[in-house]
Amino acid sequence: MKKVAVVGYAQHKILPNAGALNEVELIMPVVHKVFNDLGISQDDIGFTCSGSCDYLQGAAFAFVEGLSAIQTSPPIKESHVEMDAAWALYESMLKIKMGDADTALIYGFGKSSPGNLDSIISLQMDPYYISPLWPDRVSLAALQAQILLQQKIITHDEMMATVIEARNNAANNPNALLTDHVSEDLYQADSLISSPLRGFDCPPISDGASAMVIASEDKAFEFTDNPIWIEGIDHSIESSNLGSRDLATSPTIQNAITNLNLKNINFDVAELHTQFSHEVPFLRKLLNLTNVPTNLSGGPLVGNVMMCAGLDAIGKTFQSLVSDQSDHGIAHASSGPCLQHNMVVHLERHK
Amino acid sequence: MNDSKINLLEAPFELSYKYKRSSGPVMSKFFEGLSQKKIFGTKSKAQKVFAPAAEYDPDTREALTEIVEVGPGGTIESWSWVNSPRSHHLLKTPFAFALIKLDGADTAMLHMVSDCDESDLSIGKKVLPVWSENPTEAITDINYFILES
Repeated sequence: MKKVAVVGYAQHKILPNAGALNEVELIMPVVHKVFNDLGISQDDIGFTCSGSCDYLQGAAFAFVEGLSAIQTSPPIKESHVEMDAAWALYESMLKIKMGDADTALIYGFGKSSPGNLDSIISLQMDPYYISPLWPDRVSLAALQAQILLQQKIITHDEMMATVIEARNNAANNPNALLTDHVSEDLYQADSLISSPLRGFDCPPISDGASAMVIASEDKAFEFTDNPIWIEGIDHSIESSNLGSRDLATSPTIQNAITNLNLKNINFDVAELHTQFSHEVPFLRKLLNLTNVPTNLSGGPLVGNVMMCAGLDAIGKTFQSLVSDQSDHGIAHASSGPCLQHNMVVHLERHK
Repeated sequence: MNDSKINLLEAPFELSYKYKRSSGPVMSKFFEGLSQKKIFGTKSKAQKVFAPAAEYDPDTREALTEIVEVGPGGTIESWSWVNSPRSHHLLKTPFAFALIKLDGADTAMLHMVSDCDESDLSIGKKVLPVWSENPTEAITDINYFILES
C-alpha cells in the first residue's frame, strides 16, 4: 500500500465568539491558505473530507453547508465524518492507501459559542442511562480526574503545572485564544467548576476551522520538499457504558502503543488532544512522553475548536517537524467522555 | 406589483418525533424495575454483573439476557461536586455526579448524589437511592442518591 504524507496545514485564528462570521467564512480562508502555500487548487485534490458536529449548528445535515467554502464544480469526491476532523484524515488516508485517490483535502470546523456546549455534549451520550441526567462535559471529565488523583496516577501539582505551561506555550502559537499567563496563586484562587476541576483546568469555548492536505508517495514531492510521513495511525474506542470502563487507565491508548510499536521510538515532539489539565500528565505517562516536549502549541487548554482540535494536534506536530527539522512526532486525537475514543498518529520526517 | 394579491401557500412546520420507540427486551426490564423501586442488572456467563442492565458485554460481545436484582444501595467509585448547578442540571442545589457501584454489581452507574456537603463525599462511601414518587420508567425514577447514615 502507498505511503501517505502530510504536506500542508493551516489553522484559523481561534476566536472566543466568531459572531456573524459563519462556518463557511471560517473554512474558506484556511483552505485557501493551505492551497496557496502549496501552489495548488481544488483541481489537484482527489478526495475531500470534513469533520464537524451538526449538534453545534443545531440542524440536521448542517455540515453540507461547509462545502460552500470549496470549489465543487466540476463535481468532487467528498465525504464527512460527524467526528473530529482527525477522523476525516483517517478516512482520507484509507482512500489513498486503497488507491482511490492520490491527494486529499481535510477540513474541520466548529463554533461552540452560539449554544450551550455543556448541554449539547450531554445530548451526544447514551440516550437511556446517561443523557437524561444531563451530565456536562466538565463533570464527566472530573469523574476521571478524581480517580486518577485518588490512585495517585497524577497529582494536583501536575494539573496546575500543565495549566501554567499551556499558557506559557501559547506564546509560540499565533492562533491561540488564551495567551495570558497564570500564576500559581491565580490558579489556586480559581473556583471549582466540577471538583476537582477548576475553570483553568478546562478548555475555553472556541470557534474556528483548520485544513490539511495529504498526498501519496507518488504526489507528495510535487507539492513540497518537506513531506511528513504518516508512519503509523491507530484508533479504537471503549464502551459507551461509562460505568463499565476502568478510568484509571486507557486500553485504547495501550492498543495504539502495541499496534504502532511505539515503545522504542524517541519522540522529539508530542501534541495531545487533552481538553482538561489532568489528561496531560495521564497520557504523557501512558505514552512514555514524560521527557518529550508536549503541547508546545499550548494545546486545547489555550484554544479548543470542537471537531477540529484533534486535527490541530496532528497539524501542529507536522509544523514542528517541518520547522525544527526533527524526526519523530506523536499526535493524539480524542472523542467521547473521559477519553473514550483515542487516535494516535506517528509522524516522521525522512532524512 | 401589489403584494396583497399574491396567493401565498402556507404549511405548518412543527418539529416533532413521530415515532414510537421501544427500549428493547433488556433495558425495558430495567426501566420497569425502576418504576417499582427495584434496580436490575444483567449477568454474563463469567458471572460479571452489569448494572444498569447492559445488553452486551463490551469486552466479550456476549449478549446478556439473565436479569439479576442489585442494590438498591451502592458504593461511590468516583464523584464530582457541582457547587453551582448550571441551567440544564436537574438539581438546583449543590450536588455531585457520581459513578455508583450498586451492591452485587461489578460495574458502576452514573447518577447524582445530593443532600450532603462536598466534604462528606469520598470514594468508597455507601449511598442509597431516593425514589421518585411519580415514576415514568426512566433513569430519573431515582431522583438522586444520598449517603447512608
